[in-house]
Amino acid sequence: MSVILNSGEISRALRRISHEILEKNHGPENLLLLGIPTRGAYLSRRIAGAISEIEKINLESGTLDITMYRDDLRLKAPRTLLPTNIPGGSIDGRDVVLIDDVFFSGRTIRAALDALNELGRPKSVQLAVLIDRGHRELPIRADFVGKNIPTAKEESVRVHLSEIDSIDEVLIEGSSQ
Amino acid sequence: MKHLLSIADLSKDEAIEVLDTAAELARLSEGTVKKFPTLRGRTVVNLFFEDSTRTRISFEAAAKRLSADVINFAAKGSSVSKGESLKDTALTLQAMGADAVVIRHGASGAAHQLAKQEWMKGVVINAGDGTHEHPTQALLDAFTIRRHLKENQGDLSGIKVGIIGDILHSRVARSNILLLKKLGAEVVLIAPPTLIPVGVAKWGVGVSYSLDDQIKSLDVVMALRVQKERMNDLYFPTEREYARGYGLTSERMKQMKTKSIVMHPGPMNRGLEISAESADSQRSVIVEQVANGVSVRMAVLYLTLGGATFKELASSGESL
Repeated sequence: MSVILNSGEISRALRRISHEILEKNHGPENLLLLGIPTRGAYLSRRIAGAISEIEKINLESGTLDITMYRDDLRLKAPRTLLPTNIPGGSIDGRDVVLIDDVFFSGRTIRAALDALNELGRPKSVQLAVLIDRGHRELPIRADFVGKNIPTAKEESVRVHLSEIDSIDEVLIEGSSQ
Repeated sequence: MKHLLSIADLSKDEAIEVLDTAAELARLSEGTVKKFPTLRGRTVVNLFFEDSTRTRISFEAAAKRLSADVINFAAKGSSVSKGESLKDTALTLQAMGADAVVIRHGASGAAHQLAKQEWMKGVVINAGDGTHEHPTQALLDAFTIRRHLKENQGDLSGIKVGIIGDILHSRVARSNILLLKKLGAEVVLIAPPTLIPVGVAKWGVGVSYSLDDQIKSLDVVMALRVQKERMNDLYFPTEREYARGYGLTSERMKQMKTKSIVMHPGPMNRGLEISAESADSQRSVIVEQVANGVSVRMAVLYLTLGGATFKELASSGESL
């Protein structure tokens, strides 16, 4: 088990992503940040905080639960639903940025796109992730990446965030190094 | 959850999980999401041996909002009226590939029988069996109470619920007593002695023969329907006398605490156990109970059928 990002590196990566989101969208006016629970929601809140600080505004962040849209529901016992919360009530016409911790097969994001489709019609949908570990199984890519980490499929990447794990760090484990 | 046969089988945590799931589904349904793809390809059979409007429609709406296919089976006009047994009906449904059966039956224990005999592989959900239990009604009642008095969070500790009227014939009362106590609420049964079942002392609830004594202290006033169709004996002298002693009138409602609510599982006998003014008053959450019923039944269907079912997990060898 080894640490691949420490607390300082995580916060610098999130800060850079915040700037990139602002740059690509020409400002925060039409932005809607939606974190995918659990850890994506905390990252989304941090990015919203950073954007608010940079732009001297108050940008809220929301959450989008994708449980009901998963394609692997039949493979496991039912999962507990997590909250969905859309600041401003509607995604119609907004530039939605989905935020998740680890980008892997792409199936979570596919489910998130389905969930968004039920909620309305955004102007655009972008994707920000803290870690991109490869091994995509679907033609989906991220617009903003904290760090690309080449991994073996049997390894697992764990993101710990101080809000629930008491420490900020990204670990990789289960490898034969 | 494998089946939902009775409240007695549920742990407190499982009950709260149903309520939390229902709360999230209700919130989403109030927004733009009217339909989820979650149960696409699953078949839910509503197997109703007794008359029912709201429970059957509520289960049907819940299953459809989760994209399940719904088959309604009413005993009247079916092969059951030709003398088919529950077993053969179950085998038929199994052959047709039912993933879940929602059963209402006049015999207490019918849902258990269906689940335990392994006549069919699917999930069994009890929608009322005789005078035994009606678990989804209790869950939707608890959900409604929690929504109004506990801000949709946690259990029901500190809430005092009065259940009034025909306790003897009421499966709703039995399920409600079990669930409310499990969730930490205080329950008092209020009825004439003839409508209180024998052995009620063991249930751990209060008993009172006077609504007027109790009404000032209740957070929830739950009136039950006087079930005329099950009353073969004389349990009270006249309907007028029952209404005078136990009917929820507007005079009695003036005695209630400021925040307390009025509930009724329906269908109501207006003028008997509840007056028309009380049923239509600001405090009444009776119509909301119906709406909440759909969310709670969606939660139950999701938690029993949404993931891999127990059988599928067992055959794939994955841990539960």
